[in-house]
Amino acid sequence: MTRLSSDDFRALVTAMASAVADNAERLTELDRAIGDGDHGANMQRGFDAVAADLDTLAAKPLPEALKAAGMKLVMTVGGASGPLVGTFFMTLGKELPEEFDRAGFTEAFSKAVAAVAARGKSHQGQKTLLDVLFPMQAALEDGKSVGEIATIAGQAAEATIPILATRGRASFLGERSIGHMDPGAASVALLASVAASMLEQQP
Amino acid sequence: MNVGIVIVSHSPLVAEGAAQMVRQMVGDEVPLAWCGGDPSGGLGTSVEAITNAIESVWSEAGVAVLVDLGGAETNSEMAIEFIGEPRASRIVICNAPIVEGAIMAATEASGGAALSSVVATAEELSPL
Repeated sequence: MTRLSSDDFRALVTAMASAVADNAERLTELDRAIGDGDHGANMQRGFDAVAADLDTLAAKPLPEALKAAGMKLVMTVGGASGPLVGTFFMTLGKELPEEFDRAGFTEAFSKAVAAVAARGKSHQGQKTLLDVLFPMQAALEDGKSVGEIATIAGQAAEATIPILATRGRASFLGERSIGHMDPGAASVALLASVAASMLEQQP
Repeated sequence: MNVGIVIVSHSPLVAEGAAQMVRQMVGDEVPLAWCGGDPSGGLGTSVEAITNAIESVWSEAGVAVLVDLGGAETNSEMAIEFIGEPRASRIVICNAPIVEGAIMAATEASGGAALSSVVATAEELSPL
């Protein structure tokens, strides 16, 4: 059984916030190509707000902390990504017991992905963050290692480049959306790589 | 009490302008609120602002919400979930163009129509 301590949670949030800040310009650049050019700034505002609230959040049990972090993201990210990324963390918190094994985490992760799909009224293959979340879910179910899952997430984000967008702002561009990586997919892959490098350092 | 109308745009200027048109064309019989802009004032929408707008026009008859693009709809759905039952099921996002929809919905609402017919009137404008 795994139990993520409050220090682990702190370290994870801090690392995610700093990775988002370091990549904000790149994410915004991706969004400028096929969206409205604010994704990096939006994500940075959201994760900064979560990091600013870290003392309150880390005092809660992990599921509650995840829920509160998700709620904060919904309220502060703005754009369509706020409800999507926020729903992921809120659902993860709702479904994850305080102590969990791999099967328990996989189940909670799957429910969180399903909630994001329902929120966005979307499915895999539409050039969205789901195109990274679903392959991550499959990798979890296949028993892949944490490092492998992060690699798969990165590859899945790359694989959104040739997809024709049929959901979200990029879908307005039709065929011109082809040839650009989806910014939401890039964000999820980034967060996955941060989480993976943290978890790999665990004894 | 008449159905309330909320206008949610990515742009505060669009939302306010649409609200001005409703006021001028329909009058003051309808509770009306608008919001636009993301949490830091740029183009976008904010769940908190939408929640506050809905609360400010809350009517037992319900509230019809008019939105522009994608995130406005997703954020409005989120706001409605946060408001929760029993009110949530009396708040409906109209599948209608934001300006025309707001005016048609408000016109219908000003005559005391039920939420379902306010929404249906706005949605008549949508392409099938």
